[in-house]
Amino acid sequence: MCLSVPGKVIEIDGTKGTVDVAGNTVETDFTVTPDVQPGDWVLVHAGFAIQQYDADEAEATLRMLREAFEGTE
Amino acid sequence: MSIPENGYRDNELARRILDRIHTAMAGLDGVRLMEVCGTHTMAIGRFGLRAAMPDGLDLLSGPGCPVCVTPGSYIDAAARLAADGVTVVTFGDMVRVPGKETSLESARAAGGRVIVAGSVTAALDIAHREPGEVVFLAVGFETTAPTIAAAVRAARAEGSDNFSVLVSHKLVPPALRLIQDDPECAVSGFILPGHVSTIIGVAPYAFLVDEYSVPGVIAGFEPVDVLAGIESLVRMVRDGEPAVRNEYRRVVRREGNPAARAVVDEVFEPADTAWRGIGRVPLSGLRLRPDYAAFDAARRYGIDLDEYELPAGCRCGDVMRGRMEPADCPLFGDACTPDSPTGPCMVSVEGACSVRHKYEGK
Ligand code: SF4
Repeated sequence: MCLSVPGKVIEIDGTKGTVDVAGNTVETDFTVTPDVQPGDWVLVHAGFAIQQYDADEAEATLRMLREAFEGTE
Repeated sequence: MSIPENGYRDNELARRILDRIHTAMAGLDGVRLMEVCGTHTMAIGRFGLRAAMPDGLDLLSGPGCPVCVTPGSYIDAAARLAADGVTVVTFGDMVRVPGKETSLESARAAGGRVIVAGSVTAALDIAHREPGEVVFLAVGFETTAPTIAAAVRAARAEGSDNFSVLVSHKLVPPALRLIQDDPECAVSGFILPGHVSTIIGVAPYAFLVDEYSVPGVIAGFEPVDVLAGIESLVRMVRDGEPAVRNEYRRVVRREGNPAARAVVDEVFEPADTAWRGIGRVPLSGLRLRPDYAAFDAARRYGIDLDEYELPAGCRCGDVMRGRMEPADCPLFGDACTPDSPTGPCMVSVEGACSVRHKYEGK
């Protein structure tokens, strides 16, 4: 039930706006993520953007994991 | 417009991490890792991770399915509201869960108005459009509470008088404490809930290390996330160096989401709450603050939610504490299946019994 999906913010007007989630335009409330801007990635849960999704950090973590688990021991 | 999320499904990387889990487990036995989030339970089932684990490493499902831990009296009360002409708006999973006497599904079949929605906003919209009374079923953990709090605050600001919420919110840290305080349940490490952590951050888990010397890893929900979390836990268990690690940094900040917590704190306060099959746990839930009492459906309709019975024979309470494997419940797969469920853990799509039955048949 805590299922949340990443999406890209299309537009914001006050606390309401829309997010592109895998090609679908989803009505989203931004009350608890007041700093996000159109073009940012966010995590959407139950109709609300609950946190920014940091795409750079996603790449960095993945790179780190790839390095840590390179080859066999 | 792509997102790096797909990299976390990389099979080759997943296989390497899995190899490393097997290596790290050499010579170890009796390692019990618990996931406390229904979305993790589903990920572990869907990707077949349990069967891939080495001997001596068990993956257990904790009390992280909000629908499963919602008291039977709550379901009955919601069904009665629908029968009495109130519009009941709910997340979909709640509809089939049996209460002690009835379910929302039965209330709907009998002519009650039960509307499934993906967001509390839908309930507020109905309350705007129509004069009748609307109640939203506010269940869920720290992830969901901010959405409900924001809606209640908006309803008050607008002077809405036909909208209320029936609150059975639960908090994750007290549930972890409950597990570790019970010698029959205590685990070696926790796979911590990624999306709860986007809100609460890292600090609320520090007690796991400080008081119980047990490690935890905040993990995402793709195969690479879950496996890397398990690998990290196994190493911490092996080396006797427990810590709380955040391996879901793309959405979990150390401080969580302070704006979300501020809305929750404004509208809710911590309260004792009943977990179905487990019992009443001190300060493990939320209730509306006195300022928002007008939006409390329990108060408005005189509902008492203090009990936690399960259907006869159902062992969800033991399953959700890691005391028992789903397949060890005498009803599992026979009297209780996803098509004809007995207990809440078989009804909810993320209940431990349902996930086991669906993906592992045992
Ligand atoms: S198998 Fe069914 S009856 Fe047994 S614990 Fe699970 S949900 Fe309850």
